[in-house]
Amino acid sequence: MPAPDILVRAHELTKRFGQFTAVDAISFELRQGEAFGFLGPNGAGKSSTMRMIGCVSPPTGGELSILGMDPVADGPAIRSRLGVVPQEDTLDVELTVRENLLIYGRYFGLPRAVIADRTDRLLDFVQLTERGNDQVEPLSGGMKRRLTIARSLINDPEILLLDEPTTGLDPQARHVVWDRLFRLKQQGVTLILTTHYMDEAEQLCDRLVVMDGGKIAAEGSPRELIDQYSSAEVLELRFHPSEHDQAAEKLRDVPAERMEVLADRVLLYVPDGDAALAAAGDLGLEPLTSLVRRSTLEDVFLRLTGRRLED
Amino acid sequence: MSAPAVWQRQPAVEPAAAGARRVPGPVVMALREFRFWLVNYRRTWKGTIYSSVLNPVLYLGAMGLGLGKLVDQHGQLGRLGGVSYLVFLAPGLLAAAAMETAMGESTYPVLGSVKWLKTYYAAAAAPLRPRDIFHGHLMFTTMRLIMNCAIFLVVMSAFGAVKSAWVLAALPVAVLTGLAFAAPIEAFAITRDKDSSFAALFRFGMIPMFLFSGTFFPVSQLPAWIRPLAYVTPLWHGVALCRSLSLGTADLAGSLVHVGYLLALAAIGIAVGQRTYRRRLYV
Repeated sequence: MPAPDILVRAHELTKRFGQFTAVDAISFELRQGEAFGFLGPNGAGKSSTMRMIGCVSPPTGGELSILGMDPVADGPAIRSRLGVVPQEDTLDVELTVRENLLIYGRYFGLPRAVIADRTDRLLDFVQLTERGNDQVEPLSGGMKRRLTIARSLINDPEILLLDEPTTGLDPQARHVVWDRLFRLKQQGVTLILTTHYMDEAEQLCDRLVVMDGGKIAAEGSPRELIDQYSSAEVLELRFHPSEHDQAAEKLRDVPAERMEVLADRVLLYVPDGDAALAAAGDLGLEPLTSLVRRSTLEDVFLRLTGRRLED
Repeated sequence: MSAPAVWQRQPAVEPAAAGARRVPGPVVMALREFRFWLVNYRRTWKGTIYSSVLNPVLYLGAMGLGLGKLVDQHGQLGRLGGVSYLVFLAPGLLAAAAMETAMGESTYPVLGSVKWLKTYYAAAAAPLRPRDIFHGHLMFTTMRLIMNCAIFLVVMSAFGAVKSAWVLAALPVAVLTGLAFAAPIEAFAITRDKDSSFAALFRFGMIPMFLFSGTFFPVSQLPAWIRPLAYVTPLWHGVALCRSLSLGTADLAGSLVHVGYLLALAAIGIAVGQRTYRRRLYV
């Protein structure tokens, strides 16, 4: 028997589409009350994993148990206790905001009075009360996302699945969505989210796995991952394109835990960024710009995969 | 102002009650999807009623009364079963209207739900299974068939194009004719990514059937070699049965053959659709 506080357990979970392996024998556990993230670039297998947890994609191999049940045999029973925010909006844009919540609530067999009551609360929560009777079509992308989040909560779910909740939103709309998701987290929601935004993962996830090529590259809290796979600080140097390669070569003489030479910048992973900058100056290097910053999950990803998250 | 609590239920791995795995029966689940279509239909029903009335008025007026007068004057009434052209034509058009309604409801709305609006995926993320989504959509199609065929019958009576009280039995037959189209076509439509095949379906399926399956003239007028082709079309069975009921000439054995054929097509469509919906929605 699984420990009672483990809501989702995957063991060597695999998804293949023909010859292509989208999810390659991954294992993870979701505990009650935590915000768990899958961080990775497009095509890493995050959405395929989400769809398997959402019981709309039968696993090809391995084991998956959700709320103690089998997603293939007990799909409807599991889904009745999940909230799903899919990557692409599946709202009925020809209906009004309220009608969308009404029909979705009915999919769960909820009585009209319950739906009406929750609709008021949820529209308030996602700040769409004034748009309740408006058609969905003309709403902004951010509003549609917030409506999708409200809709996913109509059945009072036990686990909330968010597949790239802010992809495609402008920065301002993204922050409004993050704010709402953060409030949900504060209320003790158990949530699983996928993202290729490291700031989203850092803000929202208690624990996350870094995915790449269908596999889990690392697992831990954002802090643990940064501590384990990166340095305290990062020195970013940008040189004139004609000097870029030479400068990178010279920088090898600066003591650093690691160096990454990107197309447009050189990153030095060091305990003390200012000291490293001074050392670079001592070598006679004159960068166009320099920046000392703390390590982020982006650096973790770069270290683990040799690639950047958002390309 | 503090945010309202939108999160109330604490998760639990142990099923809360013994019946935690139990889900409602297939009819209840399908009804949930049916109600989605009803909510959706609230916006457009008025327009559809206008065309449901206008369509038979135009056809019965132009073909039944206008063209029919010519046909009747040149009297070979025997070939039409001894009735006026209007009376001959009307039940054929009833079955054809059912086909048209069915094809309209089972092509673009299905593709739209999976490709454009993606509302099928919303239902699939909720407890509904692909087959519930399919059945619910088919229920709605059935409702639209009942509405359109009933309106057609009323208009038909107003035109005096009815000979027998048996015409009431033509209502379920026309609906069944529609389902013999709707079920297989929905099963097919869910497999599509583009609507181009629908145009072909209308052009090479619906229109030839509409013209040559006995709607406007008896199939016996066709060359003998091509008649078997007409006999295998579902529309011919629908037309023949609706007509025999409307004229009061139906016999049991023939009627059973027609009903059996139409039922078989609908049943095959439902069986196939359960699979194609699943394949499309559970990737």
